[in-house]
Amino acid sequence: MILVTLVVFIGGTLWTIIHSFTSSRLLPKLNFAGLDQYERLWGTRRWLVSIDNLMLYGLLSLLLTLVIGFTLAAILDRKIRGENAFRTIYLYPYALSYIVTGLAWQWILNPDLGIQSVVRGMGWQSFSLNPLNNPDTVMYGILVAGIWQGSGLIMIIMLAGLRGIDADIWKAAKVDGIGTIKTYLRIIVPMMRPVFITALVAIASGIIKLYDLVVALTNGGPGISSEVPAKYVIEYMFRAQNLGQGFAASTMMLLSVMIIIVPWLYLEYGGRKNDR
Amino acid sequence: MTDRSQRLLDSSGPRGPKPRRRFSKNNILVYGVLFIAAVYYLLPLYVMVVTSLKGMPEIRVGNIFAPPLEITVQPWVKAWSGACTGINCDGLQRGFWNSVRILIPSVLLSIAVASVNGYVLSRWRFKGAEFFFSLLIVGAFIPYQTMLYPIVIILREIGLMGDLGGLVLVHTVFGMPILTLLFRNYFAGIPEDLHKAARIDGAGFWGIFFRIMLPMSLPIFVVAMILQVTGIWNDFLFGVVYTRPDTYPMTVQLNNIVNSVQGIKEYNVNMAATLLTGLVPLVLYFISGKLFVRGIAAGAVKG
Amino acid sequence: MNRLASAVCTTSLLTVSQLAIAVDLEVTHWWTSGGEAAAVAELAKAFNQTEHTWVDGAIAGGSAARPVIVSRILGGDPMGATQLNHGRQATELIEAGLMTDLTELAEREGWRDIVNPVSLLDSCTLDGRIYCVPINIHSGQWLWLSHAAFDAAELEVPQNWGEFVAAAPKLQDANILPLAMGQQGWQQNLAFGAIMLGIAGPDAWAEVNVEKNAEVAAGPDFKKVFQAAAAARELAKNSNVQDWNQATNMVITGSAGGQIMGDWAQGEFQVAGAVAGEDYTCLPGLGVNEILDTGGDAFYFPVIEDEATKKAQLELASLLISPEAQVSFNLKKGSLPVRSDIDLDAANACMKKGLKILDEGGVLPSSDQNFSPDTQIQIEDLMAEFWTSDMTAGDFQESYSDLIKNAD
Repeated sequence: MILVTLVVFIGGTLWTIIHSFTSSRLLPKLNFAGLDQYERLWGTRRWLVSIDNLMLYGLLSLLLTLVIGFTLAAILDRKIRGENAFRTIYLYPYALSYIVTGLAWQWILNPDLGIQSVVRGMGWQSFSLNPLNNPDTVMYGILVAGIWQGSGLIMIIMLAGLRGIDADIWKAAKVDGIGTIKTYLRIIVPMMRPVFITALVAIASGIIKLYDLVVALTNGGPGISSEVPAKYVIEYMFRAQNLGQGFAASTMMLLSVMIIIVPWLYLEYGGRKNDR
Repeated sequence: MTDRSQRLLDSSGPRGPKPRRRFSKNNILVYGVLFIAAVYYLLPLYVMVVTSLKGMPEIRVGNIFAPPLEITVQPWVKAWSGACTGINCDGLQRGFWNSVRILIPSVLLSIAVASVNGYVLSRWRFKGAEFFFSLLIVGAFIPYQTMLYPIVIILREIGLMGDLGGLVLVHTVFGMPILTLLFRNYFAGIPEDLHKAARIDGAGFWGIFFRIMLPMSLPIFVVAMILQVTGIWNDFLFGVVYTRPDTYPMTVQLNNIVNSVQGIKEYNVNMAATLLTGLVPLVLYFISGKLFVRGIAAGAVKG
Repeated sequence: MNRLASAVCTTSLLTVSQLAIAVDLEVTHWWTSGGEAAAVAELAKAFNQTEHTWVDGAIAGGSAARPVIVSRILGGDPMGATQLNHGRQATELIEAGLMTDLTELAEREGWRDIVNPVSLLDSCTLDGRIYCVPINIHSGQWLWLSHAAFDAAELEVPQNWGEFVAAAPKLQDANILPLAMGQQGWQQNLAFGAIMLGIAGPDAWAEVNVEKNAEVAAGPDFKKVFQAAAAARELAKNSNVQDWNQATNMVITGSAGGQIMGDWAQGEFQVAGAVAGEDYTCLPGLGVNEILDTGGDAFYFPVIEDEATKKAQLELASLLISPEAQVSFNLKKGSLPVRSDIDLDAANACMKKGLKILDEGGVLPSSDQNFSPDTQIQIEDLMAEFWTSDMTAGDFQESYSDLIKNAD
């Protein structure tokens, strides 16, 4: 099985990279075309928009998911009545597929059916909440749905991390007269470094794969204002029948993942070989 | 080490500072935040449930937050047994059983393999183990879609294209990164002394795995199962490519019902269908409760 | 499954005398909406009356279905038959020898004499061999107008694009959106193509779309096409819908004056109980040129090494183009048949307009036939960008003619 996994991941990746230097259309062929696909890729507005969108979404989603996840976990960790109920409520969206998430939020954010029409119906006529149909705000609309779906898992991971912290720490902090919030920021968060790293991996791997949610919510629109890289890859592979272009785009995605992960992996695991 | 991991294993109680007992400002703030967050998380579910219980005329006129004037279960019945996919009008029920048939072997196999993987990586280091592990982590970041064609070619070469066995294999491979990470971290937290003692007693590779590791690992198996059931049950891409019409999983039929572009959209049936499709993972989440947190605490949290 | 198997057994027993072997033929397609499914059901019913069985492999959405179709053919696990748009989507699969050659059957049944326009058959042809069966014709150059909207603004219903544009300010005064437009590239591209045809005329249109003459596209005469598109963009401002049928619904309810959409839009009007000429007006060629393009769907038959299956595939091919199937399928689907020698009395007013144009030969090839999917997606992206930004007509013309220059 290890062998199969190796073959699939390494083989598949190499295969993709090699074919990104070809001008394959519908079927993979080895008709090499040098860097043509990459030149075209970086000259395409849609790809550039996709990168911008992913960076915006990625940064905000990382930050907000961590903050929301940690805050909710910290509150739940304070002997809350009904902890089980709250925890389940925050986590359940993770069980639902993106098709579901997209559909539900599309409705809620729909100007004629959702929140906007309800608020206007209550008398506030100038109220406007229509993020999905405006190129400037559409990514924030997607963000709201994305956080809804993913923050529960992060909350659980954080909660698990908080449960691993020694109760004596709190006593010590109290004795020293350090306030609650200060204790969290100064002492608890630094202690939870591995937890944050796990959370980071979970969030980041989801961000780079962002596809289904965009398709379900906006399908990249209005115009090309909510396009993302994974969608570019898929559409060029299958709709445009230009495998070479799709592979070039996915190679770029892979490369950026490597740039971020490999140094981290090295620090996390490479340097500690002799620990045990 | 022993002390810490022991604590992790049974750490399910709150650790934070106790809030003051009385009805303080602080308390109101805390519950206020929790409550507002709960509204945000529950709103879509509420809209889906309410809509799925309305008739189409009511949906067209009313707002989506209003409770149904007349409750009807007809959309649910239709979604389960009457909604059409192309010319087959037997709803989601066929897909449900197909999904079950895909889910069970995929979950069992992937967990079995990943747990052994994690065990090997944490205890029986081999040459290149670190490299292999790094590779798995990178694998977690690869968009599945880019692997579609290479997998088609691999499956064709081993003759499993279009076979349920092929799909099970694909799910197993793609579940590997995150599961191996979880198991490896969990097993690494089990005291080394136990392992050493067992070896002195003459237990071999499998002996240690089955008699020492497994009995201590219920929480992490729960986590692995939850993640895999969620992932595999909600999978659309692999399900649609590597099966045939009579073995389409539920999500493919859901997509067919929801994404039919032409004609009137039956929103109530769509919502009922979505809820039905999400039911299996949802139920699992509701019943697994605390075990999930405990498993995560032990498996995901340590570096 | 058991029922299916026993049904197959029974049929095969019945037909032993004919020395034919019953085959379960899997057919993939992306016709999943009400009208479409009803149309497919007609085909399935007809095919099931032979000794074979139609196994339906519907997948909603062409973008979800295409990777499945290609992957399965490529992976050596092909379906018995599959829908694809006729045009250039299957060229490479044919070149790789993965599609069944239908030439013999086509010659025996004289398809070349039946199919109208014959360009549909040309799209199925590669190096003189025929590989697919065209099944219907869809055209994109229709302007759909809401009588309710024009009544509300106390206006006559326009009879062509020019009158429509002139009436637009009054619609706006009456708080009605003049032009409904779904915010998706393909819809915006469709609208642009129709405007181009209307403004520049069929000859210049063909020069750009068929001959890919970038100089014409960049030329001064073509400037007014892009200016008209920019004007149309103003008319469609604040059109906050995505799906085409949501936009059509605005026309049905009278909250928008009109929509440029393909002939499939009439299905929506029909379902809503609207009557052509009373509740809505349809203007083919935007009422300017009585001319339509001829896109549509075709069926391909992947090569399967099994004699009985091969025979069943050919039988299905023959059935798809038969007069009976053409009538029953296209009436349900709301599309035009691919042969002119059949009687479509049951067709509604808009469909009859289309049939008349087809009879008079007012046809152009569709973009599926003109451009590779790769070029189409780039054009659609440009359209999506243009219609949702404030790109000037000049920049638009420049980008567009660049794409035409590199088009294939």
